[in-house]
Amino acid sequence: MTLARAALLVTGKDLRIERRAKVTSSQILPFGAIVLVLFAFALDPDRGVLERAAPGLFWVAVLLVSLLAVSRAFAIEVEHGARDGLRLSGLDPAAIFLGKTFAVALQLLALEVVLTLGVVLLYDVSLRSLLPLVLATVAATVGIAATGIVYGVLTVGLRLRETLVPLLVLPVVTPVLLGASRAWEASAVGAPGEAWPWVALLSAFALLAVAGGMLCFGTLLEES
Amino acid sequence: MALVATLRSAVCLLGRFPALAGVDLDVAAGDVVLVSGANGAGKTTLLRLIAGLLPLRAGTATVLGHDLTVDRTSLRRDLALVGHGTFCYDDLTVSENLTFAAKASGRPPAPADLLEQLDLARLAPVTHRHLSAGQQRRVSLAVALAREPKLLLLDEPHAGLDVVGREVLDAVLSRAPTEGRTVLLASHELDRARALATREVELVSGRAIGGRREHSPRSAAHETAEEVGR
Amino acid sequence: MTLLPRGATIALGWVALAALVTLTLLGLWVAPPDAVQSDAQRLMYLHVPTAWLAYLAFAVTAASSALYLWPRTRAVVWDRIAGASAEIGVMFTGLTLVLGALWGRPIWGVWWAWDARLVTTAVLFFLYIGYLALRRIPGDANDTAVRSAIVALIAFVDVPIVHFSVTWWRTLHQEATVFNPELSAQISGTMALTLWFGVLAFTVLYLYLLSKRYELAAMADELADVELEVAIAERIGEPVGAGVARVEP
Repeated sequence: MTLARAALLVTGKDLRIERRAKVTSSQILPFGAIVLVLFAFALDPDRGVLERAAPGLFWVAVLLVSLLAVSRAFAIEVEHGARDGLRLSGLDPAAIFLGKTFAVALQLLALEVVLTLGVVLLYDVSLRSLLPLVLATVAATVGIAATGIVYGVLTVGLRLRETLVPLLVLPVVTPVLLGASRAWEASAVGAPGEAWPWVALLSAFALLAVAGGMLCFGTLLEES
Repeated sequence: MALVATLRSAVCLLGRFPALAGVDLDVAAGDVVLVSGANGAGKTTLLRLIAGLLPLRAGTATVLGHDLTVDRTSLRRDLALVGHGTFCYDDLTVSENLTFAAKASGRPPAPADLLEQLDLARLAPVTHRHLSAGQQRRVSLAVALAREPKLLLLDEPHAGLDVVGREVLDAVLSRAPTEGRTVLLASHELDRARALATREVELVSGRAIGGRREHSPRSAAHETAEEVGR
Repeated sequence: MTLLPRGATIALGWVALAALVTLTLLGLWVAPPDAVQSDAQRLMYLHVPTAWLAYLAFAVTAASSALYLWPRTRAVVWDRIAGASAEIGVMFTGLTLVLGALWGRPIWGVWWAWDARLVTTAVLFFLYIGYLALRRIPGDANDTAVRSAIVALIAFVDVPIVHFSVTWWRTLHQEATVFNPELSAQISGTMALTLWFGVLAFTVLYLYLLSKRYELAAMADELADVELEVAIAERIGEPVGAGVARVEP
């Protein structure tokens, strides 16, 4: 079986489970929305602070949401020892990595669409240059998903996983938070020229994360 | 006679505890080996080690031609393990779980008669979560068989299986040698299992009695097991 | 069992002590006060060396992690060095941040500023705190070593990315006094001498700490091996049918 087909098999499996269980849509999405609302409580919306900070706040919300999404991606593997099932399945670990990353990235993108609507409506933000915005978002999402899946599998057998994953993942993805926020800022004011360098940085990060993940996922999956 | 698995002085740890403390074992092609022993003797660990899931701390182990200290992942394509967990996804249906397992191991999706054999045909569209424990165990057996393994590792398969399941399992075990399958079966149901096994190995405190193949006839192993206090 | 011969480690310890005392004398009395920053600048003699040593320590961690992961060079030596060096690195990073804050307060008027160097150092600190937390979780020694090694390498690759992206973003930290783009030292004379001496002194301290910490790790491993032998002997000597697995898998 080719790598792509094996990866899509895993993606399909993860998405089918989500469609049935609806955890992302019924729990993770509301959490993201609540975070946006909390920011409004914390930063007085009447003083224009919220609007100016919106790009950064959006991406902080996305990071928090992605921690949950990654946690969920591995929770389904832990029930009934499905992780051993994956190890025994004969699937190429790189394919499992790509499949799960793709599944998480797709779910995150769907969440981001809704959260973007939230930001536009709640924070009164207008987004002008859409192309760099979309590209930055896709690249950032892939980078976050890939990094999350690597650390997810790294900790899947460990105790104290829930508190460890955020501590491990968040420092690593600081460049993504930085780049995505600046790209959004540039897009919001309609200065796409300033956004493109950040898009490049985000794409490089995403490529590195995916390549690195493909390399080490197999080794990490084997931890007993 | 071709040896499917050979272990010498195998030591395997669970955390810091030596679950296997020096196991010697030979398994020949076509054997149906019953692994007996008290709780905590190391039966599950032995099966997981042979499946390549656990690292070997000391000693040697060769399974299906692969040295487990060098490579314990490639051999998995040719074996299947029915363990304590079902390896299935709660939110997928029986047929979805089966299809995923079959496709993942590069086999065609499970033939309809496999579902028939295990009396799962009418349960095909039921989500795994909604099955009874006995039905879930039958599904995990179906998943293992759908992979068409050369070596079948069964960890207490009778436990939790309903009556239908047990009969099906016994049929599978008795057919195994003729189908060219080797079976390692850990079980407490000694009477039932002995009737189907060609050999018995007893695990006592992490070591195997009757593991070596110099004395292979079932009766000899049987006597050895009787000698060692029961 | 030890990284260096025992005599060498002891010697390193004394040399480090002597060097640090000398550095204190040089830094507080011999070197002249800075024209602009006066005495506060003296913290540079500590702050710069600790920063360099932090990066050195993490580079050593990354290198030994890579050596451990590479099958041909895999040996427990590299894992121990990686862990020991990371601990020392985290300590030096923390020191760097604190000393930097103490220096920054009188000079910039703030305890902290969001420029490339500081932010990268802070992220570095958190990256390796995570690494140490991961190492502490009990489990199979090889599994822990492999996991930690991968995390160390990810951190090592991430740091330049962080630095690069933050530099793009803002700059405030003073131009590197020695390693600036023109590579011409902007300090000279006694101050430069003191600075280099400081780097040397801290390097000796690092080697001493590395050797001691390595020894500790080796002793802990030896203890675990002995405990395992005892456990195996006990298990074999168990009465038939007794014994339930006492430990979580």
